[in-house]
Parts: sequence; C-alpha cells; structure tokens
Amino acid sequence: MQKVDQKRRDFVSVAAKATAATVVAPGVFLQSVAQAAPRAEPVTDDVRYGLLIDTTKCADGCNDCVAACDQENGIDQLLKPEGASDALWEQQKPRWIRKVKVQDNLTGKQTDMPVMCQHCEHPPCVDVCPTGASFRREDGIVMVDRHTCIGCRYCMMACPYKARSFIHENVQSKTTVAPRGKGCVESCNLCVHRRDNGEKSTACQDACSEGAILFGDLKDPDSKISMALAEKSTVQLRADLKLNTGVRYSGI
Amino acid sequence: MLKLANLGILLVLMSLSFVVTSASGPKDVEPSVEGSAKADKLDVCVAPTPFMRRNHFELIKHQRDITVHQGIRLTDDSLAGCIDCHAGKDTHGHFVPVNAKGEFCAGCHEYTGVTFDCFTCHAAKPTKTGS
Amino acid sequence: MKKILYREWGISGPQYWGLLAILGAVIAVAGFSALYMEHNGHWVTGMTNQVVWGTPHVFAIFLIVAASGALNVASIGSVFGQKMYKPLGRLSGLLAITLLVGGLLVLVLDLGQPSRLIVAMTTYNFKSIFAWNIYLYVGFLAIVAVYLFTMMERKMNPYSRAAGFFAFIWRLILTTGTGSIFGFLVARQGYDAALMAPMFIVMSFAYGLAVYLLVLMFTFKLEGRVLGDKIMGRLKNLLGVFVAAVFYFTAVYHLTNLYGTENHAYEAFILRDGGIYTQLFWASVIGGMLLPMGILFHPALGKSHGGVIGASVLVILGGLASMYVIVIAGQAFPMAMFPDKTIIETGFFDGVNGAAAGYIPSMAEFLLGIGGIAIALLATFVGIRLLRFLPMSLADEVVDPHHA
Repeated sequence: MQKVDQKRRDFVSVAAKATAATVVAPGVFLQSVAQAAPRAEPVTDDVRYGLLIDTTKCADGCNDCVAACDQENGIDQLLKPEGASDALWEQQKPRWIRKVKVQDNLTGKQTDMPVMCQHCEHPPCVDVCPTGASFRREDGIVMVDRHTCIGCRYCMMACPYKARSFIHENVQSKTTVAPRGKGCVESCNLCVHRRDNGEKSTACQDACSEGAILFGDLKDPDSKISMALAEKSTVQLRADLKLNTGVRYSGI
Repeated sequence: MLKLANLGILLVLMSLSFVVTSASGPKDVEPSVEGSAKADKLDVCVAPTPFMRRNHFELIKHQRDITVHQGIRLTDDSLAGCIDCHAGKDTHGHFVPVNAKGEFCAGCHEYTGVTFDCFTCHAAKPTKTGS
Repeated sequence: MKKILYREWGISGPQYWGLLAILGAVIAVAGFSALYMEHNGHWVTGMTNQVVWGTPHVFAIFLIVAASGALNVASIGSVFGQKMYKPLGRLSGLLAITLLVGGLLVLVLDLGQPSRLIVAMTTYNFKSIFAWNIYLYVGFLAIVAVYLFTMMERKMNPYSRAAGFFAFIWRLILTTGTGSIFGFLVARQGYDAALMAPMFIVMSFAYGLAVYLLVLMFTFKLEGRVLGDKIMGRLKNLLGVFVAAVFYFTAVYHLTNLYGTENHAYEAFILRDGGIYTQLFWASVIGGMLLPMGILFHPALGKSHGGVIGASVLVILGGLASMYVIVIAGQAFPMAMFPDKTIIETGFFDGVNGAAAGYIPSMAEFLLGIGGIAIALLATFVGIRLLRFLPMSLADEVVDPHHA
C-alpha cells in the first residue's frame, strides 16, 4: 500500500512539475494540480479537509472572512423580507462563519477568532438527522443534502457550535454554486464547489490578510496545514465531546 | 372512519400548503430573444431531443445525487449545465431566467402542466461563479 | 357488578354540530396560520437560528406525551386487571389516537418542507431517534387501533389483554423516544440527561390522565350520563399520585444539576434569573403540581367535580408551562462553547456575557398549536358520536365489583 501511494505521489509530482511550470504561487499542492478540472471521480477518504485557525493572527474588529463567505456563498444576496423587523431578521438570516471574541475568566486575556462548522469526524448533526440529509462526505466535509432536508431543525438543536442556519424566507436571488431555498438548513461546506473544481483555498482563507486561516488536507503529511499542526499546539472546540473536529485552533 | 377523517384533514391541509408553496417563475421579465441561447446554435443536446423530453429529469436527478454526495461535477447532465446552455438573453444581452413565462423550462412545463421546484433553490440563469 | 353497556354519544343535534362548528373554526384558523407560515417562511414566527423550535413544538410535544399517557387508563384495566377501569378503556384508546394525531399534525405543519413528508417516510437514518420516532408513532396508532378493536368487538375480547399489554410496552418505548429527543442532545446544557426519558414517561401519566378526566367529565355531563363517586375517587387519586411523581422527577432533575458546578449557570437561569422562563418554571411547579395535589387530596375539594376539573386544568396548563421551559429555555440558554471563558463579542448571537437568546412567540405559532388540541378534540367527539366508546353509566353500582 505504502509503495503504491509513493508511486502515485511520484507520478503526480512529475506531472505537477510538467504542467505547473508557470504556476509560481507558494504552497501549490500536488493533488490539486492533478485535479485542476471539475471532478470526475467520487471523493475518497484519502483526504480529509480541515482548517487551522491561528487566533494570535486574527485581528480585532476585522470581519473580512465573514464578508468573503457571504459573497462567495450568496448570503449577501438575501434581502430582509418586506415587513420583517430588523432585530428579529438579524437573528433569522443565515450565517456560515462569524467572528467571536472571548475573554479568559482568570487572566482576562482576550482572543478573537472565526467560528464555523467544525466538520467533525463524528458529527452530532449527522447522527440526529431523520432523513440522512445531513451527511459527511468521504473527504470530511459535513454538509446538508437539501433535496432530502425536511426542515425539522433537529441538527441545529444538536450542533454544539451553533454552526447551522435555517432559511426563514423565500430566496429570490442565488448563485449557481450555492443553491439556497426556504425551509432548509445549511452551513459552512468548506467551499465545496471550489473543492470539486480543483481549487486550493476557501473564500475565508483568501480574504484573511493576516493569514489566520489555513485550509488544507489533514491526511497529507506534507500539506501546509499538517506541518503547522505538527509544530503548534492546537485545540478543538468542545474537545470534551470527542468529535474529532476538522477545524483546529491555536493560541486559545 | 375516524382515521379516514383525520387523514382527510391532513391531506387537505397538505395539498393546500403544496398549492401555495409550489413555485412560479419570476413575473414581469422581458422575454429572451429568439436564438440567443447557446443551445440554439447547437444541433443536438447531450442526447437526442425525444429522449431528453421524456427523461431529462432522470438525468438531472441522477447527477444531483452524485454531485452532492460524491462531488462529481464533470458530466453532461448537471442542472447548471442545462441552464448555462438553455438560458436565452433579452435585447440588452442579459440572461433571462429559464423558469420565466415562455422560457425554456417554463414554456414546456406550463404546457404539460407539470410543476417543478428546481428553482426555489437553484439559480435559474447562469451566474458568475463565486470564485 | 352489572354488565357494561356502551352507547354512542347522544347529545342533541344542535349541541353536537355547534361543538363541531366551534372546533372546526379553531382548526380552520390554525390551518390558515400554517399556510401563512409555509407561504412566507419562518420569518413570520418568533423562531430564529438561536431558538429553532418554538411554540408549535411545545404544543406538539405536549400532545404526543399526553397521548401515550391517555392510554394508561385502558392499560390499568386490561394489563393490570383492575376491573373498575375496564369500562374506561375504549375512550382511553380513542384519546390516545386523537391526541397523537393532533400533535403530529402540528409537528409536521411546522416543518420547513411539509410537502416533503414523503421523504421523511421513505428515507431513514437509523441512528436518529427522530427517525425511530416516526416508526414509534405510526406503530402506536396501528397497535392502539387493534387494541380498540379487541375491546369493542365481542369475538375479539379474549385477545384484548394481549393487545393491551403490547400497547402498554409500546407506549413506554414511545415516550422514552420522545424524551430521548432531548436526552440525546449533548450540545446543550439543559438537555443531555438520561433522566429526560423517565421524566417524560411520568409527565405523560399525569397529562394524559388530566386530559382524559376533562373529556370524560365533559362528555358525561353534557349528555347527563352518571359519573359515580367511586370511579371519580379512583381517577382523582391516581392523578394526584402521578402529579406527585412529576414533582419528584422535576425536583431530582434540578437537584442533581445543582450538585454539579458545570450546571450552576443553567440552574440559576431556570430557577432565579431567567425572567419569563423562571416565572413559568415556578408557575408550573406551584400552579401545575403543588396546587393540583392540594386540591385532589383535599377532603372536600377533591371529592367535588369542580375541584377535579380545576386540578386537571391546572395540571394541563402547568404541563404546557413545563414544556415551554424545557423546549424554549433549553435553547435560549447559551451553549458552553468556551469553558473558562466569557464571550464578549459575537457575530451570531452566541450569548454575550452569558445572555440568553430572545424568543417572542408569534400569534400564528400559537394558533397552530391550539389547532392541534382542537383537532384532537374534534376527532374524539366525532368518534364517540359514531361508535360506542362511552359506557352508558359509570354509577357506583355499575363499576364497583363489591357494590352491594
């Protein structure tokens, strides 16, 4: 097995050098070069996608990742329904990623960080979903199949990170890559359309000028995220629940 | 008898809610110009037209499941692909939603009286991809 | 003991149709409320991304819990062989079915996609207690229907004990399932307790019997059938014991929580600082448990029909208040995402400085919930009008095997 993997890696590496001669951006990952076109094969568990959030770099008052996510996934195209109250609507509109500032109860140290779906290995939202609409893709992305979501919101009750949103209104305007409709639940899917089109980052990572968000393959020991995880001490949110989250935090 | 009555009430309520929620396309949209869609310039669809008329939804549905669960996007049968090819443009060169009255999807579905709800969630015209 | 005769509900036509018209109007309003919610989306309700289950769920879960409890009267008769309860069995089975249908309708009509009910019936995730509940509910309806048939068809009478036993076991599993909907939620401080399942069972005993008593007294009084002191004495004592058990479980739940420091903030929220939730909690304890117990065991009040009616109404209102606290306050209380830290800013209502999320129920939600009760009552009244569910008399000499 080891041998086969090594062979494949060598082959891909050669292919990468051959085809990516003009791509000079740092951190070009080999497997993504092999998949620069839309995906033709089913995703496998050879990869597990995740994020590393370096809270020491997350800037106070900055909301760039949130704005980028809103734009990427068409959340900014949602309009307040006519006649809705502002305060209530604020609590009803969807949010895939948000900024949170916490203060340590003992030391008073303040920490800024983005919080989104943590893409658990054992997601409570998947366990409770009656129809199986809430599911975990082979590559570790936890998402909702909105063709079978009945809008019961049990996943929202079960999620320890409050990562999910219910669509409370008719949606007029949406993008091709992020379908959205009234009465279904949705949440961060690690920009799944980018994954399937062979791109290398998420919208939030691209937007973060401080480099606080790092996306990558947790199973590839040579990926930037794996190397960073090997160096830094990181934590999972609600580690006590043993969900083995795909999103890790450093500096908390 | 009793359960029948309850079932009746359930069915009435559900059919009412279905009537109200079944989506109708956007209103007051300028129609597309004849021949402005990509498909208009092509001879055939991904399969012969009579087959597509009868089976397009099966193709789309199959594609839908493998796209959502397996991430496969490189095929001929994606809804996004249908829309990209079949959406026409108005006189200003803007795309017209395929579910607007008389447009590619709506024209036929209205004629056959078959309701569909793809576009309550999916974009009915090509949009710039997010990235 | 005399032979028990059952007859269709014989109130006058105008009375019957008037009753149906009133309930029908309530159901129509509820139907329009549901349509209004479905047509616009849930933004017209008070529900948000923080409080995702609202007033409809309070009513729905109450009705479902009461449904399984309403079957107890029949179980006592056929499973535990209490002869005095035998004549009460048919109405008990009927109420179990109608209350469950009322509750399920409310639940279904609050879904984001009610027209996809067929998806819920055909696609299952067997790890989900919710999916199991769909089986448990449908199975309950079928089993109780069979049970009713064995009680009402003379030839089938010998099987009624077996059917009753099966139905009793099933209803225990069903309420365990309903309680587990909350008990399995590790994410939230107020849930995630195995005690939820037995607590829901005990609640079902009390709420189901309270509803049963009110329906029994109403239907008997309206037609002038006799309700003897013996049977009333039994039923009201039973209700008193059930309510005492609910009180016990509520006390144990909160006392065990108070012992663990991690739950102190949640307990302070429910018992002291939670505003409307604290008020409702104490209203449910004092008004919905202690006061009805006092009435039911009072030497004079407990023997009067007015006292029993008052106590039953209090148990039901207290039950709704308890459900509201469990369902809504459990969600409004912020999740403990960062132990030892305080959230001081958030872009998504994570509870700054431990503040609870807001929730103000809308009229449409409330009306939909009331509609569930109206449907249950309407179906019950139609049932007893068309078929022989009610005994002609429950006078002492009819029901008491030892009556001289």
